[in-house]
Amino acid sequence: MSKQVVLTGNYAAAEAAALCRPDVIAAYPITPQSSVVERLAGKVYNGELDAEMIQVECEHSAMSAVQGAAAGGGRVFTATSAQGLALMYEPYFRMSTLRLPMVMALATREMTSPETVWSGQQDAMSVREAGWIQVFCESTQEIVDMIIQGYRLAEDSRVRIHVNVCYDGFYSSHLTEGVLIPDQAAVDAFLPDPAQSMKAVLDPDHPLSLDPLTAGPLLMKYRKNHLEAMEQALTVLEEIDAEFGKQFGRSYGGGIEKYRLDDADVVLVTIAGMSGTAKDAVDIARDRGIKAGLIRIRFTRPFPAARIADALAGKKAFSVIDRSCCFGWSQGPMHMEVKAALADQGIHACHFSTIGGLGGADISLDEILGVIDILEKGKNQPGERPVHWLLKD
Amino acid sequence: MKEIRLHGRGGLGVVKASQLVVRAAVEGGLYGQSIPAFGVERKGSPVFGYLRLSHTPIRRRMQVYTPDILLILDDSLITSPDTYAGLKDGGMIIINTKKAVEDLHVPKETGTVVTVDATTISEELLGRNMPNTAMLGAFTAATGLVDMERLLQDIAQTFGTINRTAAEKAAASIQIHRL
Repeated sequence: MSKQVVLTGNYAAAEAAALCRPDVIAAYPITPQSSVVERLAGKVYNGELDAEMIQVECEHSAMSAVQGAAAGGGRVFTATSAQGLALMYEPYFRMSTLRLPMVMALATREMTSPETVWSGQQDAMSVREAGWIQVFCESTQEIVDMIIQGYRLAEDSRVRIHVNVCYDGFYSSHLTEGVLIPDQAAVDAFLPDPAQSMKAVLDPDHPLSLDPLTAGPLLMKYRKNHLEAMEQALTVLEEIDAEFGKQFGRSYGGGIEKYRLDDADVVLVTIAGMSGTAKDAVDIARDRGIKAGLIRIRFTRPFPAARIADALAGKKAFSVIDRSCCFGWSQGPMHMEVKAALADQGIHACHFSTIGGLGGADISLDEILGVIDILEKGKNQPGERPVHWLLKD
Repeated sequence: MKEIRLHGRGGLGVVKASQLVVRAAVEGGLYGQSIPAFGVERKGSPVFGYLRLSHTPIRRRMQVYTPDILLILDDSLITSPDTYAGLKDGGMIIINTKKAVEDLHVPKETGTVVTVDATTISEELLGRNMPNTAMLGAFTAATGLVDMERLLQDIAQTFGTINRTAAEKAAASIQIHRL
């Protein structure tokens, strides 16, 4: 019911998007995302994919074009990175607050300046308050599976919120490995019928004005609904993950993934591709007699706060490794949010923010082992320590 | 798990070569992973490739710091300190060169040097210096890490039969120097 192929993360994302039968794809190329939409354009050109492929003049237009298509009842897809996302921001926010569901791949990249095209998660982290669901993938297989799950989640009537499927630029987008591509029939069976889940808002026979000027009292009700749907998504994404597991034999743990956590004293909290390296580090630390474990944050929006608080309860020490900066709190954004998740129960552990992997820099096994060593040495001295930077000098 | 680092220059086919090894490995029931590291994207600039082959799933997604094997597509890169860095004790260097082994100034950890003149092979067969497929033949003949016939089929399918011939010719002409 699936075939094993060897693909880059970007090509795998394109294969998964095509399996979801998008009606319209609009895109503008940007490193490191470009090969996602190049492959989709190829599929449309050679007749493998029956979709409208619109090559637009910029990312603002890409999101605007798919917005119109979604209002017309289409299932739509696009992909972007960094400066492209920044240029797209105005229709990006409008898209989520219009509640016209879609999936967008985000090959995460450092934001300029200084000028850079390489990996980093600052782009995704900067748009956490744009109303989209964000899921971060560790492996190529997870990229495929989350694009498919993403449409199911986005179009669920209890949710109707857009899903960004995020994965590391270069370290995942350009990484080649084996991946299982599900059968079309299995994906068709898993996804809702877009004729039901994506009913057209715009209809030439019944003209209406979409998104008119809306006064505060009504606008606030929309926001309240959006927040409630986001809260609901926390439950729905777990259901979908479990059901995907039943049908395809792979599930990921929903909001978070736990690794060797149950009896752990010291915990790494990671996100996306670095988590694979960190799992190897946990195994090595265990062999050295350190009770290490790992929590991988999969969803940043909605933030699985209760599950994270539960997973960290009673742990002696933890560090959250971020591949981006939270400027206002002078630490990593996920560290800041994990602390917020623990606020009600109080933080009784030694903990600190680790920042690394910016601008394409590697996050190495040795660097993660270094983080574990600091946690192990400090595990009996509760409190927050200064940010640990994985600088290369 | 074997960790392999490829060194070449933009335009020599480093990334494609690395991807083909992963494909042959996965088709043969192994796990494989290739990560390219681009600098600036232009012809002639140094390009690295990180390649892992394993009997168990590969989780780490990072650069290769202590390679078991170095695959060097352009011997002008040996003057760069990055090229030989971190080679494991007893490690193997497979290099496209016309030079004698003593002129390669390999690090003291080196166990085996495998030389092949992939540039001449590719120039004769393809009419230009595109040594990647010849180097894949040399790599497979020297290491046996992937199945030769499977790799040759993948090369022929991706790049055509002349490239398969280049790989076969390079495989037959490797010189193995144990240090």
